[in-house]
Amino acid sequence: MPEALLKIVIENSDEISRNWLDQVSERRGNGYTANISEELFQSTNREFVNVIFSSINRHGSTEELETFSERLINLGWPLSYLTDGLQTFRRVTIDFILNQSDQVDTEQFSKILTVVDNWVEPIIKELVNEYSGSWEHIVSLQRVALQELSAPLIPVMDNITIMPLIGTIDTERAKLIMENLLDGVIKHNAEVVLIDITGVPVVDTMVAHHIIQAAEAVRLIGSTCILVGIRPEIAQTIVNLGIDLSKFPTKSSLRKGFNKALALTNRDVVNLNQDANPDLEKLLDSLK
Amino acid sequence: MNFQSGVHIKKEWDIVGARQLGRNRAKELGFGTVDQARIATAISELARNIYLYAGTGRVSFEIVEDINKKGLKIVAADEGPGILDISQVMEDGFSTSGGLGAGLPGVKRLMDDFDIDSVQGEGTVITTIKWVR
Repeated sequence: MPEALLKIVIENSDEISRNWLDQVSERRGNGYTANISEELFQSTNREFVNVIFSSINRHGSTEELETFSERLINLGWPLSYLTDGLQTFRRVTIDFILNQSDQVDTEQFSKILTVVDNWVEPIIKELVNEYSGSWEHIVSLQRVALQELSAPLIPVMDNITIMPLIGTIDTERAKLIMENLLDGVIKHNAEVVLIDITGVPVVDTMVAHHIIQAAEAVRLIGSTCILVGIRPEIAQTIVNLGIDLSKFPTKSSLRKGFNKALALTNRDVVNLNQDANPDLEKLLDSLK
Repeated sequence: MNFQSGVHIKKEWDIVGARQLGRNRAKELGFGTVDQARIATAISELARNIYLYAGTGRVSFEIVEDINKKGLKIVAADEGPGILDISQVMEDGFSTSGGLGAGLPGVKRLMDDFDIDSVQGEGTVITTIKWVR
């Protein structure tokens, strides 16, 4: 039975393809492929139907299917184009086979359905796997990229180190911040470390708690932590929450914090020439 | 303009989603930046409580209108273990998870109206409103 059906389908592949192409083009209107040129759409359709036939012919996945799906993923075609296309193919093929047979009883009908499903199912499965695999890959790459950005430490001067924090802090990141901070303080032999939270959108009790813990740990290894970049609205919410940040110095801007850090390490910014040489000032401005 | 919307809290990152949605609603309603930060922080606390103590729950937003004022109502509901002693959690410095213990009393101070309803073993519903000034 499957072989006989396969023969019918392969022999009439031209007509089935034609029906399929008609249906797919007809249903194109609903959005997701609207900004793809007609020419590309048609050529992709033809290629797609050829891939379907060749993979049915060879009972399962082929290299063609793999390269085809890979290319579509790279071009950013939606997965729904492929799944819709395969559902249409299933429908068209079943219609075609039923039209060919004169009389179909229920048993035969369900057999035909099963056979066609067995052709289409593995292709759908493979394509969905390829797509979700590529998404998972992207997500994992982005996670790594995010992790690399999450807790940078910049040694700006002897004994002074800055950690600029940008974006939301979750538990995982808080852990990284603590580790990097302590490692960095030891490695760069920092006396003062500035934590800049200008880019942290919300400071709630969890974030505050982690910052307090980090500052306390820094104090334990003999350095001082200065919290800088506290915006006015953040200051108000911290007060409303009733969080006690009095155990370590805090400043509104990195510039003020840096001056404080210089004072703590017994240094000062001096103009070498009263009106010339504003280099260091400029440097400090750029750090702001 | 009395639409309702909300975020399901299942993962830690859903807290950020809830915060973002709440902040956008607050912006649309015309809250100033300080109140936006207050609302975002309050949502953050409520959503984190759901994530930490109940596991899953929902934070929903509703725009409420009184005779001469408008406000944003935040409802944080979960079906977690419930709160043993409400007066205790409303004290500053009480925490069962080693945190700062400033969450719920902090939310009460950040927002204008605050109501907490908890049944042990059934869950907790916290309703809080911030009025546009």
